[in-house]
Formats: sequence, C-alpha cells, structure tokens
Amino acid sequence: MSLEARVIAALDTVYDPELDEPITTLGFVSSCVVTEAGDVSVRLRLPTPQCAPNFAFLMGADARAAVRRLPDVREVTIVLEDHYTGEEINAALGRGDDFASAFPGETAGSLDALRELFQRKALLGRQARVCQALLEEDGATPETVLARRVADLPDTPDAVRVAALRAALGLPHDPDAPALIAGDGGSLTVSDLPTWLRRARLVSLSLEANGGMCRDLLRARYGNSEPEEIAS
Amino acid sequence: MYEKDGEKYYIFDSHLHFWDASPDNWVKGHEEYAKGWIECFHAYQGLGPADTHWTLEHFQKYSADDFEKDVFQNGGVDKAVLQSTYLKEWYTNGFNDIDQNAALLDRFGDKLILNGRWDPREGNAGLEQLEKDHAQYGIQGVKLYTAEWHNGSRGWKLTDPEAVPFLDKCVELGIKNIHVHKGPTIWPLDKDAFDVSDIDHVATDYNGQLNFIVEHVGLPRIEDFCFMATQEPNVYAGLSVVIGGLMHARPQFFAKVMGELLFWVGEDKMTFGSDYAIWEPKWQIEGFLNWEMPDEPQFADYPRLDMNGKRKILGLNAAKLYGVEVPAEFQVPGAADPAAAVGVEG
Repeated sequence: MSLEARVIAALDTVYDPELDEPITTLGFVSSCVVTEAGDVSVRLRLPTPQCAPNFAFLMGADARAAVRRLPDVREVTIVLEDHYTGEEINAALGRGDDFASAFPGETAGSLDALRELFQRKALLGRQARVCQALLEEDGATPETVLARRVADLPDTPDAVRVAALRAALGLPHDPDAPALIAGDGGSLTVSDLPTWLRRARLVSLSLEANGGMCRDLLRARYGNSEPEEIAS
Repeated sequence: MYEKDGEKYYIFDSHLHFWDASPDNWVKGHEEYAKGWIECFHAYQGLGPADTHWTLEHFQKYSADDFEKDVFQNGGVDKAVLQSTYLKEWYTNGFNDIDQNAALLDRFGDKLILNGRWDPREGNAGLEQLEKDHAQYGIQGVKLYTAEWHNGSRGWKLTDPEAVPFLDKCVELGIKNIHVHKGPTIWPLDKDAFDVSDIDHVATDYNGQLNFIVEHVGLPRIEDFCFMATQEPNVYAGLSVVIGGLMHARPQFFAKVMGELLFWVGEDKMTFGSDYAIWEPKWQIEGFLNWEMPDEPQFADYPRLDMNGKRKILGLNAAKLYGVEVPAEFQVPGAADPAAAVGVEG
C-alpha cells in the first residue's frame, strides 16, 4: 500500500466527535498531499466558518495524531481552512499543543469530557439502530434480542462501531457481553426496553439529522462534498 | 392569513429579523467574522427551494419594502415578532439591534411585535438598558444569544450567577417570553456550547413566571431539548430552522423530527418561526399546511398532525404567549377555554 493510501486510511479512522462519522466520508478533508520525502499536508474544511471550535480542534488534533503514527511519515501539517478561530487552532496544531494552549484563559479543562459525552451519545444512537435491526429479524422478541451477545452481532458498520465505542469508554465489549447495554454498562431488562429504545432512537435521529444538515451546508458552501484534491 | 380547503389559518411568525450585514456595517479588523456570519446564514438559505434563493448582496441588506413584500404581502403573515440580535463585536451598528428593528414599527406597527435582548456580562449598565428598552418599546419578550462574543468572552450560560438579576428584572417588568438561541461557543470553550441543561434549570426556577421558547428546538441537540421540554411546562419548541432547514432539503428527517417533537413536546407547545430573512415565510407556510406524516411503517408510531394542530403551531400558540387576540374564525372549533393552557400568557 502506498504511503498516500495509508494516510487516507489513517484519516478514515478520524471521526467527527459530534456526528460520529469519519471526516473523510463527511467530505471534511479538502486536500491531502504527500511528498516523495514523506511530508504530509492535510487541509480540513467544515460546513460553516462558525462550526464549534472545540469539535474542530479535536478533528484536527486527531488527524495529526493518526497520520503521525504511520511509519515513513516525516513532517505532518494540518490546516483548518476558512474558520473563524482557524488562526488559533492552526497555530496550536502546528506546535502539537492542546486545546487549552490554543485559547489561553478560555478553557476550564481538557476536551476529554466533551469527547466522552459524545461517545456516550453515539453509543446510544448506534445501539438503537442495532436493536431495531435485531427486532426486525424473523421470530425476534424482546427476550431473544436482549439475550444476544456481542459475538452474535452481524458484521454491520453500526455493530462494529458499537464495539469500538464500548472499548473506548471502558464498557464491557468482550464476545460474551450482552449485545445491548444501558448507558452505565449495566444490562437492560425487557421492561426497560420500550423506553430505552424510544430515547435511543431520538438520539440516533438527532445525530443523523445533524449529519444531513452538515452535508447540505458543506455543499452549499463549497458546491461539492467530494474532496477537491487528494493527490501525491 | 391563509386559506386551505375552506379552513382559515392565522399566521403568527414568532421569529424573524430585519438585519444589516452589509460591508459598511462591518467592524474594522473584525471583517472576517462579520463576513463569515452572514455567509453562513446565506448557506442556510440554500437549504430552501432554489427559486427562493437570494444573491449574497441582497441577503446582506434588504429594505423595509422587501420586508413588507416577503413577510406581509407574499407571506400572508398576520403578526410577527422581530427578534433583536446585536453582535456588536462584528457589526458596528449591530446585526439588528432594537432601534434598527424599531424603524419598522412606524410602518407596520399593527403587525409587528418588537423583542429586546440582554447580556448578563453587561452588568448594571445592561440592566438599565433593559429598563429603558422596556419603557420605550413596551417589550414583552427578549431574544438571548448565548454564543455572543463580548470583551474577550465567547459566550455565557443562563445558569451564570450574573444572569439572575436579568431574569428577575424580566419577571418584575412583565417581560415573560424568553427566546433562547444557542450558538457554537461558550465560556469555557471546552464545554458543549449547544447544551440546553442551563435552560432546564432556569425553566424550573421561573416556572409560572417566565416562558422559555427554545429556538431551533435546541438543534443540534434536539434529543436533549425533547427530554427537557417533556418535563418543563414552560418550555416551548421554536420551529425556526426545523421547517426552513429540513422540510425541503431533508423531508424524511423533517417528518421524523416533527414526529419526535409531537411525541415529546406536543402540538400545544410548538411555535412557527420563519427565521426570515434566512428563509421567506411563504414556501414554509404553504409547505407546512400541505405536509402530512408519511404513511410508511417507519413513521407508524408518531402522532399525526391535523389541521387544528397546524392552526396552533402556525399561529394560536404564539399568539397566546404574546396576548394577541385571534378572531373566532381562526380558532380551533369547540376548543376548551384557552386560559386552561400551560405557560404564562400574555
């Protein structure tokens, strides 16, 4: 696999923390240039100049970390384009610094809590879709669905992502763990299921609707959600 | 006023603007913010039907004649609430401050209701200004924008201690409708700026005294908004952006979002707002009157919305909040005493 292909594959693992979708499929990578010497330059663009600075920073920092982890990569430059706090964010990314150093005096802590909050939302929303799919199988009942284990889950993108989020959050994710769990990692009962699913479905809808609106705004802003240039 | 299938609908647009974002009004040194803000709004207009799109130049600044044509003549709006948004760090005379909005009162005073604003970071000077605005214009409501930048701060929360005197002042003056709009920044910057839990707190504290109309139904945090609004009798769902941003661009999402709002919040607590000049009211009202929950399995367990529900959302609910009397021909036939409704009425 060429270095360019590996860089793109690394960027595929970077998620918009608010939408829980890869920045590549969202169209947020506007260009990615890899030189023969192994220097990598990635430019990111967002649906509006006013997208929240904290999420914007997380995507930039995660992209930088993911590319730097690759062997044969030398200098990594990540630039956030056309953003109203782009100057502060790009300077901190260039230094390899954290969010607090990008906005001195304007933060109370790190972005870890924000990231975790949205991982929990994403987990709930994804589990709603997994649960819905299981309930629609022939002969499924709430009892049979709740008896399923992680190992029984189909190999769908939602199920794969659920396992990754559970691992990231330190929640049970071994093959024998229940396929669906409550927010605290505990098990769900048949009587919990209707209310849990109603709430989880709304979270799923919220994430999807926000993703749809972001795509529409990106298209309105740049005319095309496909990357302008991904080349070596 | 609209008529469809022999039924008449009173239109109360609870959220619109008369702004000036033209380059002449950009603050020197902050031009990129002023430009970015209005271009962002303009992109939102792109989510409406193509034949309703404006040029950026026209969108930056439109005239009182445009307003009259789009809102009253073509839009058929009977009563509208002008919301004030300052953003004076970026726009020299404000984006649309109360005095600029008030210029329309001379021409359309019988159709317009003017709302003010406040910002807790302005302290006593802000409280005095609120009193002045109330004395001069008799405001019944304010629009709060928590992501406004002010002297190095990029936002605030309703639970900040500095907000208490302002909320108390609203109770004292009878400014009972608090429209809240969340934006992308807050202090501290590492928190989720769109979080609505601060509204939850103050809605509980001021229940029976103040109404909280959450604009854009808390988007992009509609789930948190719904979980809150279902428990708080004085929290309302402002539909601006839901209709304008989703009904045309993403009809399937629009139907699901409406279904969730009808389930969690209910048709008595949802209010129409066009968010003009982001979108013209006409296509939104016509589209909403024609809209029905799709007859497909994935929408099966959502409540339905009939013409009486549409009457409430398009006009009656917000008219009640602002104490506007709506003639009997527009009322829901056989409705119970309107005074039995929730919230603090006008």
